[in-house]
Amino acid sequence: MHVDHVLFMQQVSAFLGPYYLTLALLNAIAAAVLTYQLKNARAGLISVGVSFFFVILSAFAWNGLPPGLPQSVRDMANVALTGNRGAVIYTLGTTALLIALFFTRKYWVRPAVAWGALNAALLLMGLSMISPAFFNIVSKADNVPIVSLVFLLGFFTWLATSKAVANDERAKQGLPPLEKLDDEKILVWPDLVYTELICMVVVTVVLLVWAIGLKAPLEFCAERAKTPNPSKAPWYFLGLQEMLVYYDPWMAGVVLPSLVLFGLMAIPYIDFNKKGCGYYTIAQRKFAYCMFQIGFLELWVTLIVLGTFLRGPNWNFFGPFEDWDTHKVLALNNVNLSDYFWIDVLGASVPRVTSDMTGGDAVITVLKREGLGIVLLLIYFIGLPPVLASTVFRKMFVRMGFIRYMVMCNLLLFMTALPLKMVLRWTVNLKYIIYIPEIFLNF
Amino acid sequence: MPSLGETIRNSQVWKSIFRHPMPVDRRNRIVVMLTNFFLHLHPVSIKKQGIALSYTWCMGGVTFFLFLVETITGVLLMFYYRPTLQWAFHDIQELRDTVSLGILRELHRWGGHAMVITVWLHMYRVFLTGSYKPPREFNWVVGVFLLLLTLLLSFTGYLLPWDQLAIWAITVGSNMARATPVLGNEGPGQQILNVGGIDMITNASDARFGLLGARIVGEETLNRFYVLHCVFIPLVVSLLLAIHFWRVRKDGGISGPL
Ligand code: HEM
Repeated sequence: MHVDHVLFMQQVSAFLGPYYLTLALLNAIAAAVLTYQLKNARAGLISVGVSFFFVILSAFAWNGLPPGLPQSVRDMANVALTGNRGAVIYTLGTTALLIALFFTRKYWVRPAVAWGALNAALLLMGLSMISPAFFNIVSKADNVPIVSLVFLLGFFTWLATSKAVANDERAKQGLPPLEKLDDEKILVWPDLVYTELICMVVVTVVLLVWAIGLKAPLEFCAERAKTPNPSKAPWYFLGLQEMLVYYDPWMAGVVLPSLVLFGLMAIPYIDFNKKGCGYYTIAQRKFAYCMFQIGFLELWVTLIVLGTFLRGPNWNFFGPFEDWDTHKVLALNNVNLSDYFWIDVLGASVPRVTSDMTGGDAVITVLKREGLGIVLLLIYFIGLPPVLASTVFRKMFVRMGFIRYMVMCNLLLFMTALPLKMVLRWTVNLKYIIYIPEIFLNF
Repeated sequence: MPSLGETIRNSQVWKSIFRHPMPVDRRNRIVVMLTNFFLHLHPVSIKKQGIALSYTWCMGGVTFFLFLVETITGVLLMFYYRPTLQWAFHDIQELRDTVSLGILRELHRWGGHAMVITVWLHMYRVFLTGSYKPPREFNWVVGVFLLLLTLLLSFTGYLLPWDQLAIWAITVGSNMARATPVLGNEGPGQQILNVGGIDMITNASDARFGLLGARIVGEETLNRFYVLHCVFIPLVVSLLLAIHFWRVRKDGGISGPL
């Protein structure tokens, strides 16, 4: 155990030394840009200080003493983010964060603020590395893409948002979007051709460095008898695997992915808003923007992050610094709606299909048993669209026409069904709204 | 005396390959775009905003470049790799341990991961600039297919090293096919396809079986995924890319404010 720890510290230090040094360098460059290009001397000075701070951290790390989050903080994070509570806090937390980011966008698009946030995130990551559990997951070769994805998404979201905020501000003053200013025609040779060449060179360099620095994983030869725990799908499908917690495979693995694809393809045909084509804007297409971000950032990306970093053996939820203990047992006491209804409300026994029933009787029994669930789903998918059409979506309905509106509304309802089902699971342990194991139809 | 460069550029061989001298004046900059096979994918001139990195992020371009990298490194990998239970894992080990300049597998694997990321970012950009709006609706749809195929490329490739990571990831991923409505052995409505009391959909005839070629992830699966990964999906992607690029031009070039 002790030897293990020494080895681990060596490994972490070898990573953190160059890591902090890189951050120091980046801050030095940022200081120059902030001071001379953006004429923000104060932010420049702070950046110099930050750079210096990272140099010191780097020195500690090179010498085998990387600073880390105090144990008490790590314990707190583990307690907050474990088991069922962890799933709730993580999901609500990320949702709250995204909502907050949406409303404060004017503030954080400022380069100095964004740069500060990035530094804080990178520092937090560095400080977390000191935990073996965290380090092992984050530095696992196949997880590196997800870490990069998160940072790249952060960067590009910032870039797009700052342009959108600027454009929206201009629109208020009656000015055309920034993109309009670059209206003149220029020749593709040399400008575009050279830009493409430079992009190719940059990508090649990144890929070469990545390939030299990080070995492709290869475990031992496939063996059917040894099931790894956890068994995870490739990272880009982990959002789907996470949905398996809340839905049966036919929904999580087949119907919902198909609907995601169908929904993506339908976007151009249901978004009737003519504004916001060919330039960044949020204000002019708030509804489309928010729906897409809920789908992409919240339901797709954050679920992938959750599935990769916080789901351990037996698909249990583990805190970021918690060791993956295969024996951790969580009580599963999920209940179907029909059980609630028959046992708790009516105080009766749940009707079951028996082998001596005729087909017709069986159908009637099932309908009787699952009646409430079926009615609720009918209300949700068939009853809600017209109600929404005559209330909140009234204007949209009028402009979109019947078919478009129904497609959009049903896609939205399917999308919101996921978080709804998550919440129902956490609050009242609801497993299935409709439970018909006789024909594998559970919803 | 002419310099070496000039001598080469004035030689018959050079002139036979490159139909135009290095374009330095306006006329030749236009002509080169029209007469070079690779460059003629582009228009001759374009709005300044259409090439701004801060607008397109060059993400579509980077994705395409990664696709090319994957094609080349993939062919090189095929020289060494045999998709059979006997050899697959062994060949990958050899690639790691004995093939010189052993980063081929790394380039291919990380390139593949990177392509998944860049294709998402490209879609993100296209959405955020509203570039799917008329007249570009159809190209967005073509894009969604490209997105799906990129994921499938990555997924089918994941199995090929035939190590624990590979078969279990694919097992988890493909188990869901078992639950396909009607066509899956454990999917809702599975009983519908039933002829004279005999179930048509069993674990040896359902959607999962079609995907794997067997009841479990085995040699048949390896072969199927290999062919899909190396031949079929890349061909379809190439075709769709041709359409995608053609449509970018026909739809009026990179989008921009009116
Ligand atoms: C293998 C995957 C793909 C490749 C190689 C690719 C490549 C490209 C390239 C090179 C462009 C030119 C502009 C740019 O670089 O941004 C482009 C434009 C475009 N792409 Fe893709 N693309 C792919 C996937 C997608 C996906 C997944 C979508 C959407 C779901 C999409 C939708 C579009 C649209 C609508 C345009 C026109 C954008 C405009 O005019 O501003 N593409 N694509």
